[in-house]
Amino acid sequence: MAAGGQSNGKGGQPLLSVQNVETFYGAVMAIRGVSLDVHEGQIVTILGANGAGKTTLLKTISGVMDPEKGKIVFEGKEIQGAEPDAIVRSGIVHVPEGREIFPFLSVEENLMMGAFTRSDRANFAADLDMVHSYFPILKDRAGQQAGYLSGGQQQMLAIGRGLMGKPRLMLLDEPSLGLSPILVQEIFAIIRRLNQEQGVTILLVEQNANVALKVADHGFVLEVGRIVMADTSARLLASEDVQEFYLGMHGESQREQKRWKRRKTWR
Amino acid sequence: MGVEALNPQPQDEFPRNPSHAPAKPIRSRWEKDAPRCVVAREEIGLEALQLLLGGIANGCIYGLVALGFVLIYKATEQVNFAQGDMMMFGAFLALTFVNEAWFGWPFALGLLAAMAVMGTLSYLLDKLVLRNLFGQPQFAVVILTIALGFVIRFAAGVIWGHEPQSIETPLTGKSVHFAGLVMGLEEVAVIVVTIALTAVLFVFFSRTRIGLAMQASSQNQLAAYYMGIPVKRVYSLVWALSGVVAAIAGVLFATKGTIDPASGLLGIKAFAAAVIGGFGSLPGALLGGIIVGVVEPFAARYLAAGYSQIAPYAIMLIVLVIAPNGILAQMQKKKV
Repeated sequence: MAAGGQSNGKGGQPLLSVQNVETFYGAVMAIRGVSLDVHEGQIVTILGANGAGKTTLLKTISGVMDPEKGKIVFEGKEIQGAEPDAIVRSGIVHVPEGREIFPFLSVEENLMMGAFTRSDRANFAADLDMVHSYFPILKDRAGQQAGYLSGGQQQMLAIGRGLMGKPRLMLLDEPSLGLSPILVQEIFAIIRRLNQEQGVTILLVEQNANVALKVADHGFVLEVGRIVMADTSARLLASEDVQEFYLGMHGESQREQKRWKRRKTWR
Repeated sequence: MGVEALNPQPQDEFPRNPSHAPAKPIRSRWEKDAPRCVVAREEIGLEALQLLLGGIANGCIYGLVALGFVLIYKATEQVNFAQGDMMMFGAFLALTFVNEAWFGWPFALGLLAAMAVMGTLSYLLDKLVLRNLFGQPQFAVVILTIALGFVIRFAAGVIWGHEPQSIETPLTGKSVHFAGLVMGLEEVAVIVVTIALTAVLFVFFSRTRIGLAMQASSQNQLAAYYMGIPVKRVYSLVWALSGVVAAIAGVLFATKGTIDPASGLLGIKAFAAAVIGGFGSLPGALLGGIIVGVVEPFAARYLAAGYSQIAPYAIMLIVLVIAPNGILAQMQKKKV
């Protein structure tokens, strides 16, 4: 099923357009023809269970994996199959799942590596200040080895490092992974601020559908490599199917228990 | 008093009563020329110091070759068994540039040229050959580099012959005297150059953008990709750096003595040094090299013949049993 319901009032050329992309792990087809558009200034979230292909989709966009078929258009240019460094240069930064910081480099050196592809090194100090303003802890720990940061601090470092690349589009893969609920709230508040204040368009992959849909404008539900639902976040939050399968809510029941199993209606 | 009275129990006889056996065979061999013993105490100290300095100079060369191993291993997780042969080849290149019989360039120019050629060759080696093995089992790379070592060795034999040759340096034959010690100027140069090179590498890795990118790529290859670091090019640059270090080590080796195509076999000893130091730690590689370099002359002097050949590997085994990651291992833990 193709992504419908793109009418979000923004119109015009999407910033990122993924068209019928198919990606394989060896013989396994992980992405089975996905199409989605991300418009400038949006926060778009991709929901889905483990193994749905969310991370693979992000990897395909950022060039770490190459699609077998389909097109990825960023700012009017086709970028599918390009080398990751070229894609970072064009303005897409991927903040990977599970932090993936450089453990033996200091916090500041990690941030420097985020700016690796930038040619305007004069702005480095200003960008560092900008990152520090969002994540003050990174300033306090600037000289410390990044491997000794706590999980939440590492996640902040990973996002800050991504910001140093001055992305127009940031691919955020499970920023809530392994964090306490209060930290999740904190990180998502910062993600929203980054979107509003820095104008970074964000494509967010999350397991935590509740938090993700609250921060996002638009959502896609990915299941076994296909997009099965696409709508505004508000409508997805209200949808009974999403509530049942991704938000863990149960419909009204008698005697405090469910008496039937809801069927997925989209297969 | 006769000599018999001083030595009531001659040491080459079995003692009548085992409980009165002489303490240790090694000490007894030391002191077998007993009359000189008292006079020799100071000399032994001096001799030990002399051996130590010579050992450190040797160890610096092992350390630099080990450094080449570790540079490549850390960044790419490949073990380059041709590292010793690359060192030998670099030395022959410098010899060709410098010696009157060939090009007769000034020493410094010849050294720089050898470094440049080795760097370029190593870069191309990675780019054209090893990159094609990307994703293949480790084993393939091991076999490839061992074979490469043979090729380099025999190519050097064809070009320069198998006779030992020496490089003409401004230092040859001069020596430094201080506090009763005699050191060849070459040995001093080896130590000084190693210290300088270590400092340069330290600054390179901790201060420059590309040096940091090399560290980053070796610590987390995937994240380096995500940051837009051109990881494959960085790997080739690491190989180039390793080739440059090999050329420097080779020239230092050649200034201390002679060089022939089989000199590359020193790489095996340097490999042991790298393992001793912790096969992923640059300071560890130098430390391991110095340990091996120092132990060798002492073992040769104070132990029976042959032990000095075993010593580096014996130490390697002991280190592997006690601290499997080497002395200065960089332990990697991932928080989740």
